[in-house]
Amino acid sequence: MINITIENNLGERQNLEVPVDMGFNLMEILKAYEYDIMATCGGMALCATCHIEVLEGADKLPECNDNELATLDTLPDADMNSRLSCQIRPSTDMNGLVIRLKALQEA
Amino acid sequence: MITTDICIIGAGPVGLFAVFEAGLLKMRCHLIDALPIVGGQLAEIYPQKPIYDIPGAPGIIAEDLVKNLLVQIEEFKPGFTLGERVEFLEKQEDESYIVTTNEGTAVHCKVVVIAAGLGSFEPRKPAVERLEHFEGKGVHYMVKKPEQFRDQHVVLAGGGDSALDWTIFLADIASHVTLVHRGDTFRGAPDSAEKVFELAEKGKINLILQSQVNSLGGNGVLKEVSILGNDKSITTIPTDHFIPLFGLSPKLGPIADWKLGVEKSAVVVNTFDYSTNVERIYAIGDINTYPGKLKLILCGFHEAAIMMQSAFKYVYPDQKLSFKYTTVNGVNAF
Ligand SMILES: Cc1cc2nc3c(=O)[nH]c(=O)nc-3n(C[C@H](O)[C@H](O)[C@H](O)COP(=O)(O)OP(=O)(O)OC[C@H]3O[C@@H](n4cnc5c(N)ncnc54)[C@H](O)[C@@H]3O)c2cc1C
Ligand code: FES
Repeated sequence: MINITIENNLGERQNLEVPVDMGFNLMEILKAYEYDIMATCGGMALCATCHIEVLEGADKLPECNDNELATLDTLPDADMNSRLSCQIRPSTDMNGLVIRLKALQEA
Repeated sequence: MITTDICIIGAGPVGLFAVFEAGLLKMRCHLIDALPIVGGQLAEIYPQKPIYDIPGAPGIIAEDLVKNLLVQIEEFKPGFTLGERVEFLEKQEDESYIVTTNEGTAVHCKVVVIAAGLGSFEPRKPAVERLEHFEGKGVHYMVKKPEQFRDQHVVLAGGGDSALDWTIFLADIASHVTLVHRGDTFRGAPDSAEKVFELAEKGKINLILQSQVNSLGGNGVLKEVSILGNDKSITTIPTDHFIPLFGLSPKLGPIADWKLGVEKSAVVVNTFDYSTNVERIYAIGDINTYPGKLKLILCGFHEAAIMMQSAFKYVYPDQKLSFKYTTVNGVNAF
């Protein structure tokens, strides 16, 4: 288990306990915690409805793959800290990550 | 006013196949879609991906499934209104409906079928000051009529395939084309990216990288865009049009206001015939929900077949419906 923190639009933070040995990606974990993520494409890096901003710990994440970069490139509000949560597989290195859900702000 | 038996909102795979099921029962259809192309998610999100669970069509490419669906319904001559979003449903005295789009197209029908998938695909709008103020006065989120840009100044923004494709296309039509992109490389198709760099080198377009459009100016109509560089520099350039191309995202939109039962962005239906809580309005495909719902194309096709049998009573109130196989009767076009 590792800890990942989610910050909402009001700056309030919630701590999530995240398993690293069950093969889930971060989008699936956020859905399991009932965050209202559409994840339309089911994790294929196509829909960008799982867009997150990494507030702390970006250096703990592996580099974006080509598909992820290509999709992020089409978003009007993506920046250097943007990632697609479906492309991130939590590992022990990611303990203490702080993220914000960006796709929800689009609605 | 367009007159038809059945107005189908959404030309995704399920809306398209519904035309076939309606046609078998001699009911005419008109389809409306907010996208300028048919195919719904298959066309917008994954045109090149293979789909493995369509019976009898293993590994079919999404785009090809859409093409095949169009061939299958051709004989039934459906009408199409594309690039317009349905906004209103208005019940008439004789219980029929008038369906109206954001551009004022009106369709008079006896039955409404909502095959709206995840909702209508709406452009993702960048955070640009006064963007909405200039909508329809110089700001466009899709290129519908390229001719309108002939001999004009155009600024495009975005880094995906559509930004690249339209930049290349408009370079031959507009008098000045500028493409503004946040990064310094493009991840759209490598051929298109290369072409854009080539056009920039030859001075045919103006390419502004590592920058974003951050505000618009003009008096009544768009006159200029202001561009913020990653180095915090600000440049203002004159333009007649601004076309931000950042893809589309689905929104339930007006359907949420139609007093239908809605749960978690989906319309609640009766699984007996996929009818909604309002008579003559059905919902099929990804837009509906019921216990055990699976958001699969296959399930939407099944729902279309069942619901059309039920809709028959509104279109032909004096006739009795008897079920027939296509193998027995063939497909009798209009
Ligand atoms: C990446 C990905 C892979 C998938 N793979 C598979 C697979 O392998 N097998 C499978 O069975 N399914 C798959 N699906 C799911 C499948 O695509 C959907 O089940 C299917 O597209 C639903 O079809 P539909 O016609 O109900 O809706 P959609 O395809 O969503 O089409 C709905 C259409 O309605 C339009 N619309 C909505 N509201 C309005 C309005 N107010 N006015 C005008 N137009 C409107 C929209 O613009 C859209 O074009 C996949 C989905 C994704 C995203
Ligand atoms: S779920 Fe679609 S991009 Fe992540």
